[in-house]
Amino acid sequence: MSKKRELILAFESSCDETSVAVIEDGHRILSNIIATQIKSHQRFGGVVPEVASRHHVEQITFCTQAALEEAGVTYTDLTAVAVTYGPGLVGALLIGVTAAKAIAYAHHLPLIPINHMAGHIYAARFVKPLEYPLLALLVSGGHTELVLMAAAGEFEIIGDTRDDAAGEAYDKIGRVLGVPYPAGKEIDRLAHLGQDTFDFPRAMLKEENLDFSFSGLKSAFINTVHHADQIGETLNRENLAASFQASVVEVLTEKTMRAARQLDVHQLVVAGGVAANQGLREELAEAIKASGLDLDLIVPPLRLCGDNGAMIGAAAHIELKKETFANLTLNAVPGLDFPYRA
Amino acid sequence: MKLLAMDTSNQAVSVALLDDQQILGEMTVNIRQTHSQTLLPMVDQLLKQTQTAIETIDRFVVAEGPGSYTGLRIAVTTAKSFAWTLNKPLVGISSLALLAANIVDTTALIVPLFDARRANVFTGVYQWQSGSLQTVVADQHVSIETLLARLQLLAEPVYFVGNDVAHFKEELQAALGSNAHFVGANHNLPHASVLGKLGLLAEPVADIHRFGPVYLRKTEAEVNWAKTHDERGTESYVEQV
Ligand SMILES: [Zn+2]
Repeated sequence: MSKKRELILAFESSCDETSVAVIEDGHRILSNIIATQIKSHQRFGGVVPEVASRHHVEQITFCTQAALEEAGVTYTDLTAVAVTYGPGLVGALLIGVTAAKAIAYAHHLPLIPINHMAGHIYAARFVKPLEYPLLALLVSGGHTELVLMAAAGEFEIIGDTRDDAAGEAYDKIGRVLGVPYPAGKEIDRLAHLGQDTFDFPRAMLKEENLDFSFSGLKSAFINTVHHADQIGETLNRENLAASFQASVVEVLTEKTMRAARQLDVHQLVVAGGVAANQGLREELAEAIKASGLDLDLIVPPLRLCGDNGAMIGAAAHIELKKETFANLTLNAVPGLDFPYRA
Repeated sequence: MKLLAMDTSNQAVSVALLDDQQILGEMTVNIRQTHSQTLLPMVDQLLKQTQTAIETIDRFVVAEGPGSYTGLRIAVTTAKSFAWTLNKPLVGISSLALLAANIVDTTALIVPLFDARRANVFTGVYQWQSGSLQTVVADQHVSIETLLARLQLLAEPVYFVGNDVAHFKEELQAALGSNAHFVGANHNLPHASVLGKLGLLAEPVADIHRFGPVYLRKTEAEVNWAKTHDERGTESYVEQV
């Protein structure tokens, strides 16, 4: 008799994407349905939590049906159900959590609670097997963290932002430049057309720690643009974007390389929405080459950098082995975080 | 026909299992609570106590709103997921109707209401006509002032129902005098068994996927946006990518 396939039905609804995936053995994507609400929130210039929650309710069973159909599996084939329970918007998280609980309960399947940020890191598992200890740079609209993984499913924050997340800074300066939400992709594009002429500050670069700060950069950027407005001067948008991005990327790269040198790691995973940034990918690759370190840079393909159910299914494969199961009282934990290194 | 009914539209959580008109079990918890932590364990306990397998449920009934937005979504998402995943019919019933149906043996007007803050209420007007509960005025979000003005015009006895009635008792009495009637604690509380009975007679929803809460209010962001934008011609704000 052949070994029964390990199939996980995974839910993700922490922000403005409703996504459901079917993942085999933690690394084969049988389906990964993503319904994005970007068009809706673009009306408001950012994600409106109540609107996001309402969309999730409308999408959740649609996406689940599509995921099962595309994977060609039924409930009796499934091994477990997994769901993001934090961090994220509480109302949005609750829809995935509630639907996953009901579906797991109805079909007597174990339910695996997954930390969204662990999911982002495990998106790298679709590129190649992970080797521990491993260093991860997590960059998204809500997070900018350096995470050390001593073993599978073990996470420790070794560096964090003191104020804004990198993605948040992109969205805020995007507003100043008149770039529609979400701004990251367009600023990345503009940056590639310009030069770093403004020499914005590189926050905390001289400090020994592995922490980040982006609010000073954001303020410097906004002040520069406002000052120019006042004296009736028009600044070059490409150069502004390039200068902003150069500062963000340099700080992220420097601190990440500092962490890599301190630790005995051979893999660097870059994860989260900002991992899609071309400037960051290029600079990290160059820094690794220049450093001579035996460090393998793993960046998930674009579709897996944003929020998606597949990454939750990949992380759930590890938790299934550890038998981390939730009971029927599972709730959303909007402020869920990894522990900090003692 | 076995029905599982659930309501999380306000503070209370109520679940009930019915076999047609027969109540097999009911559980109501009325404390400040996180509905996502309470609802499914209550459903589980009810099914276990009544020795019922969830696969044998023939119809799911849910209070669809109005009510607290986050609260509503818990029962609606649970019922919707159950009905869809088990391939069973789903029925949505007004959260106000299920309170109105607590008051029987009268043909007077019944006005259930929820406090919607800033001197507004979610309310409707109901009446029993030949043994069935009829909607006289559709559920709506309205100022308490407007509601009172309309009820004064009717000049008929009115039964007010719901735990939030207490917030407005003085105003209601001042406006309607002896036409304002109030009911006891048990009648002010939602009972999922009542919901189940209403759900037995109602038409199931045509498309479970599209089913969602009846909020009766757009979000503030959407209201503000609509002031300066034309929504017509917009196909969809959500797309599969
Ligand atoms: Zn994310």
